[in-house]
Amino acid sequence: MSGASARIVQVGGPVLRAETDGVFRSNEAVEVGHQRLIGEVLRLDGNQIVVQVFEETAGLKPGDPVTGTGRPLSVRLGPGLLGGIFDGLLRPLTGSDESFIEPGFTIAAAGRVPFTPVVETGDELTEGQAFGKVVREGRPDLLCMVPPGISGKVESIASAGDVDETETVCKLAEEDGTSHELSCSQVWPVRDPRPARRRLPASGPLITGQRIMDTLFPVARGGRAALPGGFGTGKTILQQSVAKWCDADIIIYVGCGERGNEMAEVLREFPELEDPRTGRPLSERSVIIANTSNMPVAAREASIYTGVTVAEYFRDMGFDVAMLADSTSRWAEALREISGRLGELPAEAGYPAYLGSRKAEFYERAGRTEALSGAVGSVTLIGAVSPPGGDFSEPVTLYTQRNVRCFWPLDRERARARFYPAIHPLQAYSEDADELGQWWREQGYPEWDGHRRRLLELLGEQVQLERMARIVGKDTLPAPQQLALLNAELANEAFLRQSAMSDVDAFCTPERQIAMMRTLMRFIDRSHSALEGGMTVAGIAGLPLLRRVRRMGEEIGNDEVERFEKLQADIDAALASSGVVESGTESKSETEAGQETAT
Amino acid sequence: MSILAQDRTRAEIRLEDAALSLDGPLLVLKREIECGLHDAVEVLDDNGQSRLGRVVALRPDAIVVDIHASGRDLPISGLRARFHGAPLNFGVGPGLLGRILDGTGAPIDGGPPLAVVEERSVNGAPINPVARDLPVDFIETGVTAIDLLNALVRGQKLPLFSGGGMPHDRLAIRIAEHARLLGERDEAFALVFAGIGVSHTTAALFRNAIEESGALERTVMFLNLADESSAQRLLAPRYALTAAEYLAFTEGLHVLVVMTDMTSYCEALREVSAGHGEIPARKGYPGYMYSDLASLFERAGRIRGCSGSLTQLPILTMPGDDITHPIPDLTGYITEGQIVLDRGLHRKGIEPPIAVLPSLSRLVDQGIGEGFTDVDHPALSAQLYAAYARTRQVRLLASVVGEEGLSEGDRAYLEFGDAFEQRLIAQDAPRSLAESLEIGWDVLRALPAGDLTRLSDEQLARHHVKSTETGDG
Ligand SMILES: Nc1ncnc2c1ncn2[C@@H]1O[C@H](COP(=O)(O)OP(=O)(O)OP(=O)(O)O)[C@@H](O)[C@H]1O
Ligand SMILES: [Mg+2]
Repeated sequence: MSGASARIVQVGGPVLRAETDGVFRSNEAVEVGHQRLIGEVLRLDGNQIVVQVFEETAGLKPGDPVTGTGRPLSVRLGPGLLGGIFDGLLRPLTGSDESFIEPGFTIAAAGRVPFTPVVETGDELTEGQAFGKVVREGRPDLLCMVPPGISGKVESIASAGDVDETETVCKLAEEDGTSHELSCSQVWPVRDPRPARRRLPASGPLITGQRIMDTLFPVARGGRAALPGGFGTGKTILQQSVAKWCDADIIIYVGCGERGNEMAEVLREFPELEDPRTGRPLSERSVIIANTSNMPVAAREASIYTGVTVAEYFRDMGFDVAMLADSTSRWAEALREISGRLGELPAEAGYPAYLGSRKAEFYERAGRTEALSGAVGSVTLIGAVSPPGGDFSEPVTLYTQRNVRCFWPLDRERARARFYPAIHPLQAYSEDADELGQWWREQGYPEWDGHRRRLLELLGEQVQLERMARIVGKDTLPAPQQLALLNAELANEAFLRQSAMSDVDAFCTPERQIAMMRTLMRFIDRSHSALEGGMTVAGIAGLPLLRRVRRMGEEIGNDEVERFEKLQADIDAALASSGVVESGTESKSETEAGQETAT
Repeated sequence: MSILAQDRTRAEIRLEDAALSLDGPLLVLKREIECGLHDAVEVLDDNGQSRLGRVVALRPDAIVVDIHASGRDLPISGLRARFHGAPLNFGVGPGLLGRILDGTGAPIDGGPPLAVVEERSVNGAPINPVARDLPVDFIETGVTAIDLLNALVRGQKLPLFSGGGMPHDRLAIRIAEHARLLGERDEAFALVFAGIGVSHTTAALFRNAIEESGALERTVMFLNLADESSAQRLLAPRYALTAAEYLAFTEGLHVLVVMTDMTSYCEALREVSAGHGEIPARKGYPGYMYSDLASLFERAGRIRGCSGSLTQLPILTMPGDDITHPIPDLTGYITEGQIVLDRGLHRKGIEPPIAVLPSLSRLVDQGIGEGFTDVDHPALSAQLYAAYARTRQVRLLASVVGEEGLSEGDRAYLEFGDAFEQRLIAQDAPRSLAESLEIGWDVLRALPAGDLTRLSDEQLARHHVKSTETGDG
């Protein structure tokens, strides 16, 4: 049925109408005009079709042809994706020498990949099973899989060697004689989730390397999280940090309607960044999808689906995949713009009424699954949200919040004080946290649940106490409350603050997070005993040791975790007055602290 | 490298007596000829006066033209339309420098017509992210609150968020003058000024300042004055940026584009959108305002293999001084930071009245520090921010419990805050970065070393000498 044709009768912005006597289907991908721009059928209306065009439509004329492709908007998924940068429709941006993007640019020739067969003629294969592998030095081993919905007996299989991604390497014959020609890559419609055998419960956290996320508001592998925040509050830096350091096997980074320079930054940094676990460049296990804010709006909407489709493809090979989308608000705005052009009745803030269901469908594509082949993998979705005016009660933030399990809102006040990450610890939450305690226990940290809860309580108390202090003055608060204020400030400075620009602290291993949390808790415990033992709050606040605790993230690196034990011992010593019931210990602890720090 | 070349020949087609209706700026014509979407159109009235527009929609029987110049005082009969057969183009060439043009690139300085080397679409084309080179070259502006705390780099887009009656023009002039002086290769510098809906006074102010600094021959001015058509406001920055792209990426110059006032631009966009009967998003502004602004701001940058750069310094006045208003809000989401001017500081006589907490330069981390400016520059900046943010809290507390109610530790912050504003932010002459750094270290001395946790022991030892108490060093 491919190749139905139509003629444009009306065009304005990214939406056009065309007249046809052929058969088009809804959501069919089409080629528009003489430049063969990519479009998608949105509506069928008598003998007319309504098409959204993913590229600049300037120059299109009534009478120009629209040709059907016979299949829904699809992308080619193959081993060559790793390490590449693509536009919202998965066309490589590296192919051309042009500095500027002109509409209708051609797709670069498919790359060659080293193929190794893993089946023999006569083997029976079912959907999702691998018939070959692509093994490249240092890169994850990739599978060449039978596409969903296909099975049969291997009729022929190529021998090991370099092949084109689109070249037939395996032929399958079904019982009834139908035969299928398979290549290392496969084509999949972006708006359809790739099927899996079943969904699995969460099994552990995605370690992001960001303390406030991992320790306080963790996200499970296969989880979904949102990062809303006004402009300049740190969404992109956090997404990039997670992309750089998280322990997923594959990273999909989608720049959706954001800055060109940020994509250039990612492109420059990823090849230089070593995976802390394998020592290989991050670019070898990442896929970058870039549709910057000055690229066509409709492709912005598609880029989110393209990204998650690529993520599912790697998930089906048994990988843990993390997809970062910056920013999902631009996707919603693209929906709004197209909807407006279609003359649809708007719901809230001009957004179409189906915004909520689209968001829900998208986030449903996250999860941990057993693939058709039986391989277990996951897709974790982390989406930035850019609410107008930084107001979290707007529709996109609200619909997103309803569909995610981790909510990491960024606070403008924190960001302005350059306190990063600016995640607001009292507004953030994680519904995954309860299931993840087990993982931390397995890491030898049974106190995780307790510590986490205590820290959250302390931060909650801080707000109340600060409010009181503003009325009655800090000095009139009872001593234990003054101490709580000091400790809360310490928790923020020493533990939650983590600069993405720091050489030492940009990323924090779980071991180091545990050590830092224990150090903090040690200080809190000992300071309360010291207070009971007669030390004053001013005395505690004046301890030179505090500076070392506040700076521990900057001073003690991931590979010297044992130094935290020394710090804890120094805390014990400095606050040792706790054991001594007699008074007059204050000056002693001060001198002690001075001596220790001098060493 | 080929850029944006529009080779479609300029087919001029006349369409007489074909107007069906005229509604505000929207002219609907019978579809008697073939033309492409977004093609440029010149509409000639019965007096032969021409107005520029473009095709915004093509219907089975009609062509919808958006007239960029005013649709006022147009008859519907006797109209003629001249179709260019291509999107709006601007003929650019090296002769641009030294000229003063109107919002659609026509000379208004009495000089000869522009010598055209190349015709380019005024809308430009998106720079391929792969072709972008990261902006890293620090520009010394001479303004401490920028150089020290929110550094500007070549290829960045950094707007000034201001308000009515504040000295944003003066600040922009200061930056433009100084940024020029620092360039090692002075001759590689150019200034493009786009006045969008500016008053005659503002236009004269900029012109005189540029003339005085002797940079007029390295400047192109595009002026859309306040009394000119609002729809033309949408074109002025596009013409200016087309010229700037040519100067930066073809001539290899370091181009600084000053665009003022982006608020007038956005208001014109709203007016035109309302004229089209579109459903607005927030405060009447169209839902595509983000994309529209991005199509201007994203034209800043550097391109691999080109020696030039395009830096943007847009100026906008925040309606009601409200930073959450859609204009500053959407701008902030696109630009690489913002420099915010504050009325409170202005009232206190602090010039330039830069509010550093809401200000931000996102490329700062790439342009400062070891190998760029000073090793300790990033840490100093972080420490100043942390201390000034604390000052704000202390001031709040002091306003309730009184200064006497503060602890001694807190009182030090009041002293620091005053020094920070009066000695670091306020300045009457440009400062070198070295001078700015020195002042930065100096104002920090109001605080005890133990509080300065953003600085390492070594940094304290190097710079915090006056203080006796050095924590645990
Ligand atoms: N974790 C962090 N560590 C250090 N600096 C940070 C961190 N997060 C943000 N910043 C600083 O804040 C600036 C703005 O952050 P970012 O670009 O991530 O904001 P954003 O929320 O993505 O804004 P927008 O919505 O406009 O894209 C950065 O350029 C950086 O200087
Ligand atoms: Mg961002």
